[in-house]
Amino acid sequence: MSDVVEKTLSALPSLLSLDSNAGAGKLSSTSKLGNLIRGITELTSKHDEEKLIKKELAAIKEQVASPNTTMRQMKEIMVRAIYCEMLGYQASVSYIHAIKLAQQGSVLEKRLGYLAVSLFLNESDEFLLLLVNTVLKDLQSTNLNEVCMALTAVSQMFPKDMIPAILPIVEEKLTHPKEVIRRKAVLALYKFYLIAPNQVQHIHSKFRKALCDKDPGVMTASLHIYLQLVKESPESYKDLTVSFVTILRQVVGGKLPMDFNYHSVPAPWLQIQLLRILAYLGKEDQGTSEMMYDVLEESLRRAEMNHNITYAILYECVKSIYTVYPKAELLEKAAKCIGNFVLSPKINLKYLGLKALTYVVAQDPNLALPHQMTIIECLDHSDIIIKRATLELLFRITNAQNVTVIVEKMLEFLRQSSNDYSTVDLVGKVAELAEKYSPDNGWFVQTMNSVFSLGGDRMQPDIPNNFLRLLAEGFDSVEEDRQLRLFAVDSYVLLLQGETASLPQCFLQVISWVLGEYAHLRPDQASDPGKVMRLLTRLLDQRHASAQTRRWILSALTKLCSSPVSIALARDVGERYFGSLDTVLRQRAHELMILSQDAGLRGRVLSAEGRLEHVEVDSSLSFLDGHVSEALAAGAAPYKPPHQRQEELAHEKALSLEPYGLSLPVSLSTCSITDRLTDRQSPTRLSISSSVSGNSTELSLKGGSTTLKLDGVKRVWGKEGYLVQQPKEVVEETPLPPTELPSPLGSFQSPVSQTQTASPGPEPDQERQQLASSLFVGVGTHHSVCLMGRTEAAPQRFRRKPKGTGSSSGTSEHSSNSSHSSSGTAAGNTLDSTTAATGQQISQHALGHPPVNGNPIVETPGPLPPVRDGGVAAEIPTGHTDSGTLADPNEDPVPVRPRDLPLISHLPAELSGLARSKLTTLCPGPDPGLALSSCRVYKEDALVLVVFVSNNSDSTLHRVALRFTSKQLEVSCVSGDLVEEVKGHSVATCQYAVVMMRASVDVELAGLVSYQRVPGQPRATPFSLRLSLKHFIRPLTVSTGEYGKMWLSFSHDVKQNLRLITAGDQSPLTATLDTLRDRLHLHVVDIIGSEGIVACRLLRGQPCLLHCRVHADSLAVWLRSPIPEFPDSLLYHCQKALAEA
Amino acid sequence: MCVRQRNRLHLEVAMIKFLLMVNKQGQTRLSKYYEKVDIGKRPALEADVVKGCLSRKKEQCSFVEYKDFKLVYRQYAALFIVVGISDTENELSIYELVHNFVEVLDKYFGHVSELDIMFNLDKVHIILDEMIQNGHIVETNRNRILAPLLALDKMAEAH
Repeated sequence: MSDVVEKTLSALPSLLSLDSNAGAGKLSSTSKLGNLIRGITELTSKHDEEKLIKKELAAIKEQVASPNTTMRQMKEIMVRAIYCEMLGYQASVSYIHAIKLAQQGSVLEKRLGYLAVSLFLNESDEFLLLLVNTVLKDLQSTNLNEVCMALTAVSQMFPKDMIPAILPIVEEKLTHPKEVIRRKAVLALYKFYLIAPNQVQHIHSKFRKALCDKDPGVMTASLHIYLQLVKESPESYKDLTVSFVTILRQVVGGKLPMDFNYHSVPAPWLQIQLLRILAYLGKEDQGTSEMMYDVLEESLRRAEMNHNITYAILYECVKSIYTVYPKAELLEKAAKCIGNFVLSPKINLKYLGLKALTYVVAQDPNLALPHQMTIIECLDHSDIIIKRATLELLFRITNAQNVTVIVEKMLEFLRQSSNDYSTVDLVGKVAELAEKYSPDNGWFVQTMNSVFSLGGDRMQPDIPNNFLRLLAEGFDSVEEDRQLRLFAVDSYVLLLQGETASLPQCFLQVISWVLGEYAHLRPDQASDPGKVMRLLTRLLDQRHASAQTRRWILSALTKLCSSPVSIALARDVGERYFGSLDTVLRQRAHELMILSQDAGLRGRVLSAEGRLEHVEVDSSLSFLDGHVSEALAAGAAPYKPPHQRQEELAHEKALSLEPYGLSLPVSLSTCSITDRLTDRQSPTRLSISSSVSGNSTELSLKGGSTTLKLDGVKRVWGKEGYLVQQPKEVVEETPLPPTELPSPLGSFQSPVSQTQTASPGPEPDQERQQLASSLFVGVGTHHSVCLMGRTEAAPQRFRRKPKGTGSSSGTSEHSSNSSHSSSGTAAGNTLDSTTAATGQQISQHALGHPPVNGNPIVETPGPLPPVRDGGVAAEIPTGHTDSGTLADPNEDPVPVRPRDLPLISHLPAELSGLARSKLTTLCPGPDPGLALSSCRVYKEDALVLVVFVSNNSDSTLHRVALRFTSKQLEVSCVSGDLVEEVKGHSVATCQYAVVMMRASVDVELAGLVSYQRVPGQPRATPFSLRLSLKHFIRPLTVSTGEYGKMWLSFSHDVKQNLRLITAGDQSPLTATLDTLRDRLHLHVVDIIGSEGIVACRLLRGQPCLLHCRVHADSLAVWLRSPIPEFPDSLLYHCQKALAEA
Repeated sequence: MCVRQRNRLHLEVAMIKFLLMVNKQGQTRLSKYYEKVDIGKRPALEADVVKGCLSRKKEQCSFVEYKDFKLVYRQYAALFIVVGISDTENELSIYELVHNFVEVLDKYFGHVSELDIMFNLDKVHIILDEMIQNGHIVETNRNRILAPLLALDKMAEAH
């Protein structure tokens, strides 16, 4: 098809010259719009365009003002105005007429009026108020087209304050018989939710109704609301998980009408939406996630067709699988799926594969390993977008061992990139990695130099701030600190000796500060004290240095003027800036002058030792009292606190007194302090101290804190990076990588296999292989696979030793080369060992059982392990009794209890004749002496849940009580609510009548058993069981006539094809209906020819009718009920029953 | 700070920021914004976006990073359809959405051409309004997308 489009479009140039072609057919070639379009197509320059549009706008202005202009003409004018706006010329004169057109035009013109309004106006435009009445009128129109367009307009933009005026009418539309109106009403409510969420709070129940709407379009529309709601508070919508799962299952299963398909894929965008919702719901929630595993797996399986759109679904599916609570088997399948993307020759799929991989390696870096070679290829890809995506992926798998290679790749990219945004982003990442994983001082300083030069002044200000903080704070080792600082100083001196014009301002500022603080560390500082000063002075004189930078430089010079040579230099500089127009600069010059002349004062305020010590600041500025009173007496205005000033001078932005993040707010702090003074020509002494405090330490200026604000400051780099925690690494000869870590759980440290695993794929060339080994070294050792919960990756525990290997040469090559010999093995081995460990974790997890020997799960109030769920809902026996033993040995690994035979004999006599389920054990509990089992008894008018409390110990249990909580079930006690005592080795029975309030496929019933083994010491154990809709269904005995009447009165229906069952000599219809009857307790009302009618009811609830017709080799079932959820849930059970039969 | 920003992005619901139809000469044939952009700034943005897409080769991928969001583009003869999307949106699903849009136009106009779009700008907008609202995909069923427009056409004929 697209070929056809292409052909048609390629024929355009020739078509353009023809007036009589199809597109232009309806417009006369001489119409004003026709002329405009022709004019636009013939444009050759911006200048022509401006001329044409100006002329057009003038014509429009004239026409709209004319009283003779008809609505029909107005419609054309609007299109012309849309053209003008599209080209960037405001056609404001037409705005009011657009509103008028919507108000007064016929249906067609009205639509155009609405369209023009939506294109011309902004949400906040006051003009929109003029539209409210029109909307109100149209919503009540009898013409559905008008209702429709009013709703469309409302869902695009509507003044927030006017929502109450139309809300009731929009709500009303939710029950409109036409799907399109209902759908648009939901979308309008969605809009209201977006702009004023509290206005629609009261109609959340109606959203639920929309979700259950029989029309898939209405349901789809409601998902927009739910995506938002669920995103904002997943907790409140967990109960809808089943619904979303059911919907997705139906969509995936192709249950939607054909016209929802896109290239034979059923409603792909709907699937994506649902997958996103499920991801939010299942995140960090095992119970909820378990409900969706099946459908996620089905989505993965179904999306096998080779079309872009299936890949789009797969991508979303993989993301969801990696977002919800992990399930090993599913993760594995999803990971395999990513392989299809990454290995695809199609570039778009490759891109998406990299993106998916980036997402999943955050959970498990091992996943990158199978794709090493592809990643290397993508790193050198000609497409910069692919490269960029690859770097993003590498960023996520960086560790202390591959950091140098990855950072080098990133810097390489940065040198070529011209995109501002990605530069800023990537520079931030490089800085982050350098701080986290730097192998040595030299590398760190060099890398940060690159960061500053490449990032320039666009980068995030916290990068230089953090860097300076690192230098200033230092680490535990004094020698280490000195070395790092010296490295920085040396490299900056070298830089300043070269060309400085290309260095960004922020880098110059960093350089100035560092030189000011640490130049004294240079060995030649004593012999040539003027060297650094001269370099800085040269910088000061350069034109490209901004005023801000000059302030930093002057501060640095102030710190440096210790020798006679430098004092002379300082005086020279000071004199030059003494009269600067920049106040701060002028102040700095004053400081410089005075401090350079008064060595004693300088020594006091700028002593080298005291730089990092706490600076005592009299934050009340009491020493100024005299000065202030003098000033006041002289008629100065009294001091006003900042907030008061701000209020008074709302227009003038007052200076912020907040320290800028945790940075070194040199100019700010100085400014703010001087600002506090009534007199700008402040005493020199004070401003010096303030400038010093701002320069060399961090000083919290608020709240009167007088100590350095260091607590709570996270040290990202340093201690970890420099402390050698391991005794000497023995790298050279050992085949094992020194970084082998014990598995995080500590218990699965499998012996590292000595055999190397070959890297996948054919032998790639040497160079790439090497790159791969340096890139992927260490991946999978540090970050542990964590299936038990999504915890952060284990912190870096091992570092390359900085000095031994790296510092002498200090280059990235050295360190990466040194790891080559062992890294191949490292990657292989670590892959092996971690997957082995993973396997074990998985198996342990899959069993899902708490070790019996201790670690009682009961202490945690969370949901119980899922093992038993399958067992509980497993089957409804139709016979009357059963052995009472548990069928599935897997179901309960807890040691045998004396529950087998005796328990069922405790069943109350009045229930013994009724149909019932098998016994199910409820909880093992921490107390081996207590066992709970349950059994469902199907009474005609109730579902009775019988709970057997067995006391298997010798002592007596006191005050045994059961409590149930469930949103969807109503549980009332029949007997045995509180059993005063249960003697040793005896059983107590409690009966509960359970009613399902709202039909749903199945629900979880959580309970708590409390008892006292020692009187006065209550204990409690939670348990849970799953009840399914089918337990609550009872046959509904009606005649065919009654059935007919009911059928017509029920409004909620669902249609679906089910499989037919063939059995012996029965007709397939009879066999299928009999199966349903037996398994689901339905009543078969009648069978006539190829049709059958069936009825059932929910206990104490509403009926549901089924109309079945044999159609080819399937059974077309049509379900109807007065409640919306019932048919859906029942259908699910019908499917299941037939599948199991 | 960077980290915080990234987190915020992940929380953001995926959305479409704008849809453009531009020809090879860089002339805008249709533009629809779902996020406020001043009308004066649109031409520059569009020129920038077109430059970003036109410079790409056939064998390169159809997604481009642009400022803090992404562009998905698809070429039909001389016409480009470019969609600006947030970082969290699924690129491939948007790529196919564009094709769905073209298929809808095809269904309505017969074989759609650039000229069809120019002479029926209003109708193309009406179609688009049915498909995307507030930056979210609200309908993809071709029959349902066209239904309101066809109803209007019918009324026009009756007149």
